Amino acid sequence: MRFDSYQTQGFQDEMFDADGVVRPEARLLLDTIESLEEGQLLQCQRAAEGLLLQMGITFNVYGDSAGAERIFPFDLIPRIVRSDEWAWIERGLKQRIHALNEFIDDIYHDQKILKDKIIPEEVIYSATFYRPQCAGINPPRRIWCHITGTDLVRHSDGNIYVLEDNLRVPSGVSYVLENRDLMKRTFPQVFEGSRVRPVDDYPSNLLEMLESIAPDGAADKPTVVLLTPGLYNSAYFEHSFLAQQMGIQLVEGSDLVVQDEAVWMRTTKGLRKVDVIYRRIDDDFLDPLAFREDSLLGVPGLVKAYRAGRVALANAPGNGVADDKVVYAYVPDMIRYYENEDPILLSVPTFLCWREQDRQHVLGNLDQLVVKAANEAGGYGMLVGPHSTLDQRQEFAAKIAANPRNYIAQPTLALSRVPTLVDDHFEGRHVDLRPYILYGKEIKVLPGGLTRVALRKGSLVVNSSQGGGSKDTWVLAASPEEVA
Amino acid sequence: MPENPPLLSRVADSVYWMARYIERAENVARYIGVNLNLQLDLPMERAQQWQPLIDTSGDTHEFKQRYGEASQASVIEFLTYDSANTNSIASCLRAARENARSVRETISSEMWTQVNSMYLNMQGQRRMPDPGQLPEIFRSIRLGCHLFQGITDATMSHSEAWHFVRMGRKLERADKTSRILDVKYFILLPSTHAVGTPYDDIHWSAVLKSVSGFGMYRKKHGRITPRDIVDFLLMDPEFPRSIRFCIHCADESLHAITGSPMGSFVYPSERAIGRLRAELDFNSVDRILAGGLHEYLDSLQEQMNTIDIGILNDFVTRLPVGQVAGAHAD
Repeated sequence: MRFDSYQTQGFQDEMFDADGVVRPEARLLLDTIESLEEGQLLQCQRAAEGLLLQMGITFNVYGDSAGAERIFPFDLIPRIVRSDEWAWIERGLKQRIHALNEFIDDIYHDQKILKDKIIPEEVIYSATFYRPQCAGINPPRRIWCHITGTDLVRHSDGNIYVLEDNLRVPSGVSYVLENRDLMKRTFPQVFEGSRVRPVDDYPSNLLEMLESIAPDGAADKPTVVLLTPGLYNSAYFEHSFLAQQMGIQLVEGSDLVVQDEAVWMRTTKGLRKVDVIYRRIDDDFLDPLAFREDSLLGVPGLVKAYRAGRVALANAPGNGVADDKVVYAYVPDMIRYYENEDPILLSVPTFLCWREQDRQHVLGNLDQLVVKAANEAGGYGMLVGPHSTLDQRQEFAAKIAANPRNYIAQPTLALSRVPTLVDDHFEGRHVDLRPYILYGKEIKVLPGGLTRVALRKGSLVVNSSQGGGSKDTWVLAASPEEVA
Repeated sequence: MPENPPLLSRVADSVYWMARYIERAENVARYIGVNLNLQLDLPMERAQQWQPLIDTSGDTHEFKQRYGEASQASVIEFLTYDSANTNSIASCLRAARENARSVRETISSEMWTQVNSMYLNMQGQRRMPDPGQLPEIFRSIRLGCHLFQGITDATMSHSEAWHFVRMGRKLERADKTSRILDVKYFILLPSTHAVGTPYDDIHWSAVLKSVSGFGMYRKKHGRITPRDIVDFLLMDPEFPRSIRFCIHCADESLHAITGSPMGSFVYPSERAIGRLRAELDFNSVDRILAGGLHEYLDSLQEQMNTIDIGILNDFVTRLPVGQVAGAHAD
C-alpha cells in the first residue's frame, strides 16, 4: 500500500510536511510500509484487532447493556515524535507538574498564591474538585500528583499546546504498553533500525514511585495495592493490567477495612496491613465518611487513616482543584509564581465566562469557539463551535448565562493529523497525545504516551467513548544508546 | 526467601469458582459427546438416551418445565447453549470467564487468554449447529478445558491461589463422577439379568467413557462388571476421576493452604474433608453395594456440600472486624 495519493489537505501532519514531503524521521517507516506486499498491511491490521479481543483488551461502555465490552480500536500507523522535540516536551512537562504540585500543596496549606492575589480566591472555592476536607493534610514527600496524564495537541501554527492536565485519575497508560506489544507482535519489521525508545519499564517505575511514598513505619517492602471500583468500571482492564504488571493486589472497596486508623485487607489468613493505595476511584467515592455518604465503592474511615499518615494514597485526594478548567487558565501564572521561570509549554488561550468581558466575547463567537464545562472530562459537556448547529449553540448560550463560572471557551484548535488506515487506503485523522508523568523521588516522563485518534472523518473528538481509537507513539532516540 | 503475598478472600473465592465452572463445562461436554457416540450403537433406543443427561445435571425439574420431552435437540440446547440454565456450557464458560476477569492479576495471562478464547468461541457459535458438526464441537470444548487445566498447572505458581483452583477442580469432578454413577447405576441395574449381553457392555462402557476412564479401567479390571466399575469410579486410588482420588487431592490442597499437617485439622473444612477421605480409604465396595449405592452416594453428596460450605466459611466469608491474623505480628 502506498502513500502516493495521500493528502495533508492543509492540516498539520505528523508524517508529512506542508509540501507533502515525508518528514525525515518518518522516512524509514514510509519505505518499510511501501515495500510490503499488497494486502500485507491490512492483514497485520486485522491480526491486531483479533489479538485485542482475544487478550481481552476492552473497555466497558456506560449506558450500554450491563457490562458490554468493546475494544479500543487500534491503528497500525504509528505517530512519530522527534528526539529534540520530545526533550523539550519532557522539560516542559516536568516544569508544569512541579508547579502544579506546589500550587496544590499551597492551596491546602498557606494559600500564599491567593494572598498574593495571583489567583482570585473565589475561583478556588467554587472549583468542583476543591476539597476543604484536605486542608492541612501532609501527604508523604508532599506530593499530590503522583500520576498525571497531560493532554497535548499540535495546532495549525505547528506549536504543541497543553489542553488539559488530568491530575485526578488519568487512564489510558495500559493501552500505551499494549499497543507497543501488539505492534511488535503483528508488525515487527517496522522496528528494524528505527530507534524507538522502549516503554516497558513504566510498571517498574510506577511501582518504585508507589513504594517511595510509603508512610513512615511501613515494612522494607511496603504492601501496595490498586483500588478499583470493580469489574464494570470502564477502565477495569487497565486496573487489572497494571496490578498484574506490578505484581500487586487488585482490591475493591469491600476488600479493605479501616481499624485503629490503619488500612487492612481481608485475606484467607485474616487481616493484613496495607501501606500504599494506588486508587482508581474518584475522590467522591473514596470514603463515605469523608466524601459522598452514599458511596458503596469506598472504604469508610480511609481518609482519616490517610490524614493520620498511616496509609498513602496516589493520587492525593483534593488534587482535582487544579483540573478545573478555570484554574487551568492560571497555570502559566503559577509557573512564574512558584518556579520563577517562564512556562516552557504553551497553554491554550482561555476565556473565562464569569468575567463579563470574556462572556460577551464568547457569546458573540460561539460558532468559532470550543466551549467546555469547567469540570467535565471524556469529551462530555462540550460544544465544538464550527461543527455545531444553531440549536446546540442556543442551548450552550443558555447554560453559560445560567452558570457562567462553570464554562470556559477556547479557540478551536485544528489538531494535527496522522495517516490512518481507512478501508484499503490512508487518510489523515486528527490526533492528540497524552504522556504519563510519575512524581516520586523524582519526576519521570514515559517516553511517548497515548496517541488518541479521532477515527470519524473530520472529527476532533478523540475520546474512546466517542469514536476514538489509538496509535502506537514512537519517541525516537537521539542515539542508539538511548534506545537501550 | 520472600514470603508469598497474602491472598484476598474475594480472589480465593473467584479462582475456586473459575475452576469449578471450567470443570463443569468439561463434564457436560463429555457426557454429551459420549451420548452422541452411544446412540450410534443403539439405534433402537435413541429416544430414551437423553433424559439421563438431564438427571445427571440435577436440573430435571427445570428442564421438564421449559422443554417437556427430552430429545437430542432439546437436551443439547438446554445443556449447551441455554443461557437461562446456569449449568449450561455457555453459562459455565461465561461464569468462569467473569471470575477469571476479576482476578486477572492473580492468574497467568495465558490462563486468561485461554478462558477468554473459549468464551468468545462459544459466543460466536450459532445455536444448534448441524448435527454432523456436533461431535467435533463437544470434542473441542473438552480439549479447551483440558488445555486450560494444563496451562494452569504449567504457568501459574503452585501457591495458595493455585491450591484454591485445584480444590475447586477436584471437588467439582468428584461431584460429577458421583452424579453420573448414581444416575447410570439406577437406570442400568434393572437390566442386570442381561449381564453379558452386548447392549449391557455398551452401556457400561459408555459410563466409563463418560469419565474418560474406559482404557484405564480395562487395564486394571479387564472384564466389564457393575461392581468393578463402581469400585473403580468410587475408590480407585490412582484414576484421576475417581472420587477417592479427587478427595485426596482436594485434601492435600486444603492442607497446603492452611499449613496444618496432613491428617490433622484446625479449620472445620479440614475436618469435614478428612472424614470423607478416611471413609473412602477404609470402606469397601461390597459393603457399599450391600447398603445401597444410591443411599451411599446421597450421603457422599451431603458431605461434599459440607466441605464446600466449610471452605466458604473458613476463607471467604468476611471476617468480623477486629480479627487480625496471628501471622501478622510485625
